[in-house]
Amino acid sequence: MAASCDSLLPLVLLLCLSAQAVDRSNFKTCDQSAFCKRQRELKPGQSPYRALLDTLELSNSRLSLQLINDNNKVRLLLELYRLQGNMTRVKINELKPLKPRYEVPDVLLSDPITEALSVVAQDENSLVVSLGGKDQRLILSAQPFRLDIVEGSQVVMSLNSRGLLAFEHLRTRKDTKSESEQAPGQENVEQQTDEDGQIKEDDDKPGMWEETFKSHTDSKPNGPTSISLDFSLPGVEHVYGIPEHADTLKLKNTDGSDPYRLYNLDVFQYELHNPMALYGAVPVLISHSTDRTMGIFWLNAAETWVDISSNTAGKTMFGKILDFVQVSSEAPQTDVRWMSESGIIDVFIMLGPKPADVFTQYASLTGTQSFPPLSALAYHQCRWNYNDQEDVKTVDQGFDEHDIPYDFIWLDIEHADGKRYFTWDPSKFPQPKEMLQGLMDKRRKLVAIVDPHIKVDSGYKIHNEIRSKNFYVKNKDGGDYEGWCWPGNAGYPDFTNPEMRTWWASQFAYDQYEGSMENQYIWNDMNEPSVFNGPEVTMHKDALHGVWEHRDVHNLYGLYVQKATADGLIQRSEGVQRPFVLTRAFFAGSQRYGAVWTGDNAAEWGHLKISIPMCLSLGLVGISFCGADVGGFFKHPSAELLVRWYQAGAYQPFFRAHAHIDTPRREPWLFGPENTALIREAIRQRYALLPYWYQLFYNAHRTGQPVMRPLWVEYPDDFATFSIEDEYLIGKDLLVHPVTDEGATGVTAYLPGKGEVWYDVHTFQKHDGDQSLYIPVTMSSIPVFQRGGSIICRKDRVRRSSSCMENDPYTLYVALGSQGSAEGELYIDDFHTFSFEEAKQFVHRRLSFSANTLSSRNLAPDSQFSTASWIEKIVIFGGSQPSSATLKSADGTESALEFEFDSTLAVLTLRKPGVNAAADWTIVLR
Amino acid sequence: MTCLHLLLTLVFAVSLGTPVEIQRPRGVPLTKKQFYEEGKPFTCLDGSRTIPFDRVNDDYCDCKDGSDEPGTAACPNGSFHCTNAGYRPMFIPSSRINDGICDCCDTTDEYNSGAKCENTCKELGRKEREVLQKMAEITKEGFLLKQQLIEEAKKGREEKQGKVTDMQENKKQLEEKVEALRTVKEAAEQPEKEAKERHLKAWEEQKAAIRLEKDKAKMAEAFLELDDNSDGFVSVSELQSHAELDPDADGTLTETEVQGLMGGAAQVDTSTFESVWTNIKDKYHSEVSRKEPEEPAPVETPPDEVKEPAVDNDSEPYPEDDISEEDDEDEDDKDDYHEDDDKVRVNIEKELSFDFGPDAEFTYMYSQCYELSTSEYIYRLCPFNRALWGREKNRPENNKYLVMKYEHGTGCWQGPNRSTTVKLTCGKETVVTSTSEPSRCEYLMEFTTPAVCQEPANTEPSPHGHEEL
Repeated sequence: MAASCDSLLPLVLLLCLSAQAVDRSNFKTCDQSAFCKRQRELKPGQSPYRALLDTLELSNSRLSLQLINDNNKVRLLLELYRLQGNMTRVKINELKPLKPRYEVPDVLLSDPITEALSVVAQDENSLVVSLGGKDQRLILSAQPFRLDIVEGSQVVMSLNSRGLLAFEHLRTRKDTKSESEQAPGQENVEQQTDEDGQIKEDDDKPGMWEETFKSHTDSKPNGPTSISLDFSLPGVEHVYGIPEHADTLKLKNTDGSDPYRLYNLDVFQYELHNPMALYGAVPVLISHSTDRTMGIFWLNAAETWVDISSNTAGKTMFGKILDFVQVSSEAPQTDVRWMSESGIIDVFIMLGPKPADVFTQYASLTGTQSFPPLSALAYHQCRWNYNDQEDVKTVDQGFDEHDIPYDFIWLDIEHADGKRYFTWDPSKFPQPKEMLQGLMDKRRKLVAIVDPHIKVDSGYKIHNEIRSKNFYVKNKDGGDYEGWCWPGNAGYPDFTNPEMRTWWASQFAYDQYEGSMENQYIWNDMNEPSVFNGPEVTMHKDALHGVWEHRDVHNLYGLYVQKATADGLIQRSEGVQRPFVLTRAFFAGSQRYGAVWTGDNAAEWGHLKISIPMCLSLGLVGISFCGADVGGFFKHPSAELLVRWYQAGAYQPFFRAHAHIDTPRREPWLFGPENTALIREAIRQRYALLPYWYQLFYNAHRTGQPVMRPLWVEYPDDFATFSIEDEYLIGKDLLVHPVTDEGATGVTAYLPGKGEVWYDVHTFQKHDGDQSLYIPVTMSSIPVFQRGGSIICRKDRVRRSSSCMENDPYTLYVALGSQGSAEGELYIDDFHTFSFEEAKQFVHRRLSFSANTLSSRNLAPDSQFSTASWIEKIVIFGGSQPSSATLKSADGTESALEFEFDSTLAVLTLRKPGVNAAADWTIVLR
Repeated sequence: MTCLHLLLTLVFAVSLGTPVEIQRPRGVPLTKKQFYEEGKPFTCLDGSRTIPFDRVNDDYCDCKDGSDEPGTAACPNGSFHCTNAGYRPMFIPSSRINDGICDCCDTTDEYNSGAKCENTCKELGRKEREVLQKMAEITKEGFLLKQQLIEEAKKGREEKQGKVTDMQENKKQLEEKVEALRTVKEAAEQPEKEAKERHLKAWEEQKAAIRLEKDKAKMAEAFLELDDNSDGFVSVSELQSHAELDPDADGTLTETEVQGLMGGAAQVDTSTFESVWTNIKDKYHSEVSRKEPEEPAPVETPPDEVKEPAVDNDSEPYPEDDISEEDDEDEDDKDDYHEDDDKVRVNIEKELSFDFGPDAEFTYMYSQCYELSTSEYIYRLCPFNRALWGREKNRPENNKYLVMKYEHGTGCWQGPNRSTTVKLTCGKETVVTSTSEPSRCEYLMEFTTPAVCQEPANTEPSPHGHEEL
């Protein structure tokens, strides 16, 4: 939940009363963020930077040389690396900074593996570096400094081609005696000398040494430290990524508006279609054209703004060194400019060339999606708040009475004793273990919230320990930083400190966290961090995390909170159980620690719609486990909206209903029997498809491929798919077009793929690809299509929780492609431990159908797992009627299978093959 | 895995000690036994197809209606019958067969899941019989009490009706007398009339002065309340917390609306507040008059979460409420020196006009209040003070006396107006037994009273337990 302010100081409360939507004045525009304003005032043109080619140093895998700013003579150090997997890393830092600048730790999995670089040509103003295979070269022009990555005769990306490299070097303040009195913007120009020669200071500009926003002053003891660099993408019209924004999938041109902002913030009642920052930030941009898919990963955790503009190639493209490169002056081009408040330039250029390659490349840097326990992929019932144990019990029983499955019930902040996390309200939750045991008896689970703000209260063990261990973030004067949040006055543990994280993780041990049990999991909210009385509802930038300012680490804080919490859950089970932790704030790499949701949305149709592009954007940058609050957090959904949201949410990765404390109750059975039935059906569809979701998450965990994908990822040559955001693919085999309009009587779905076919999963009707198809809908319709050529495994015996279904048999849905063949996978393990990784205890099978033969073969012969599940039924779409079906088992025995054939729909159903799901088998149709 | 036990030997009536063995497929109730004839082809109960008998309970769903798999989880829409000897037989969705959770007290639903279930039917049956017995006793005694209540109410009503008739008669006679005398009197009093009118005018002026003084005192009090930060000024935001002032009554008091009320000023001091007061006094609700819990609220409870006793209507001003207007009249009445027979009569008539149930059995609750203390709050229920009989959906009209609804209470911040649903159940005593707040500002009270006790059935209540035989 957001800082909805109902337990704030009276003053804040009154301010919030008038808020119907986001109060924009609480958050900075680029103009109000001094560094963004300064940076944006710099217009494209001749770069003052010059590469000093005589400083070139080249080792096997690292190239470095100095850059000099001819205006102020400040020198920078440029480092270039060729990384394994078709990536290039460009690092720019001050050659001799006054003190070290922050370099983001803990996000990269490890030091990326480098490959050899070699200089293939050099003249007085340029350097050509071979990037290895595929005729890829990097051309470095010395004056003005720029970098061009070319492949063959194509420029694929240019850096600083618009001259927007800007690096505010660390400097000493001119009037150190009366810092506080010095008015910003004084015209003094001071000359300073150091061993490198003359450094001419830039003129001071407003906000360099102090910045005030509303009533908050940022003391900025380090002065201006911002950085900026531009990237040009010739031939590119479509760029995506840089979540989190409540905006379209395809990023918009930001000329004439604010840039997209990346600064983790607790935004109360956020607006749609707006580049304002939200709760999380992943500084990764993906570009796509029919030629190539690429990515830019800007590894910087400070406040960041991204400008995007479309251009026509040729205007800024060519230094004369590039004369041999062919470019049509008609070609479109997208220019991207990154601006960050502090740190260094450390950018990873992922050169694709296919979408899947970019995902692999990014995953090799920051890791893949954690593999959740199966139950976390099932349905979650949440509300702020389930009032007490009795309420939890009643809701639990409600699901059984109405025969609706669910796996997790959630407890928001009211469950804790006075918002002291790790505790239970003694009157509302006097016997948490009894409650948890009750849920366990139903094979269900619970999530309790643990937020990172800690009530300042000398009677609270957690607070006392953090204080005595000196683990709190400090304010600029060295005392413990304190801010206002749910519990009132609160401290914020310094999660950037590894010792602090170790201690935090230890608090989840069963003997530390009283009342907790193994079926309790954790939710980290408010970890932007949210500080109700802080600037922009977050922490002061001059607060201190050890030697670093909050300014440097801000966007990383939430990642650390989730990491420490997930570590805690792993450790409490001695490394056996997979954790499940939901976070609201996130950064690049957060995919390794659990799930995210899109924060405090509202019960409005627009919010339902935007949940698709918001989760697609996250999936493109590694975070597959994404969902939006079903029903909408704020406000009261109509029954129609609620039903449509369940239908859409059932086909999104993280499927949780949630509601604000001020809204009327909305458990699925409170909207009349008809709507209860519709919601039940949507949730049941989710449960039946869990094997497919699980297999996709396994795949995402192994390879980094997103679970929920924009169409263009699978149809990269089909221009028509590039901006689609009202439908998407789950894996590559299911296409979903949820109904997101009030009173809709139909949707128009685009079915991609020339020569391909799609099958409506509900009616089995066959449709050709490469067409826009109008589908009439009723309240029960969830338009979903299975790709011809795919095999999807389901468990059609839906029970009251996913655990209850673990040994149930599978039904195979074989959708034949236009060539009469199909392929799919089946993945099975114990659904909740790390044994799949540590002991190779899993089943992974390839199912394929061709030439009238369906077979299952082992994809991981060195794995071992025995399952009780078997194959109960096989449904084949798009085939013809056979005269016989013969099952051949691994031991060579043959038996005839009974079958039915529906000739109007061409659906063949094979009755009860009965083979174990882990076995080899073949079925031949004749 | 695919070959399941086809038949189950059911042992009945263990508690009676006379075992009877009846063979039928697992999960089939006795009433449907005849459709499952061993060895003969089985026709789905919806008639959709006929299958060999060995496909009944073979863990594959052949019938659309799920009738071929009464004892397995194969059909999505099937149901499983457990006999639960000693307790109550029941049907469970077939998805609960062998799901590792014990649903049937006789454990028959978990025959192949490894779940360790214990037969609890006997124990459950015993407990239920105890509960039923207790309830029967309560109902019996409660119903007797109800008869007394009806009797008392009948008497009371007759008395009151008599009183009203008397008073009406009295009044009529008096009015006739007055009319007769007036002619005489008017003539006689003519010289005094002018003097009296002067006197009356002075009296009116004095009354006005008193009213003004009262209003000023109210205003001063209101100012202090409104000035949350005690800076000597009332600001727009401070005023905005009083949602009841919303001029267009659209539920939100916008900043612009507040500025309108404040005549465009951003803040006002005590002197300029007078003009604002004129704008708001009719609607303004004092915060002080809200009844606070007697125990101090926990320190960390934010101010807006302090719950007021939801149904304590006697001291709480309500917007647009006729009773608060009556209160004003009351004050005027006190200033006057009129003898108030009329008022008494009106009150009695009002009381008589209430719906106190079909036999007036709820009459005794009139002007009574019932309290329940919890660890956090004290809840107070005063029936018939603004109560409406519930009109719950899907409930027959004759059950309307089982629910009372209180609506349009004071607004909650960002929430609905407070409302309370009171559920009435039969009990010997008239007490509030529990309260809860299932949704924000929507309270639920459970209330027992003899007034809803139904006449017990003629026969002694026969405990359940063997009715499956």
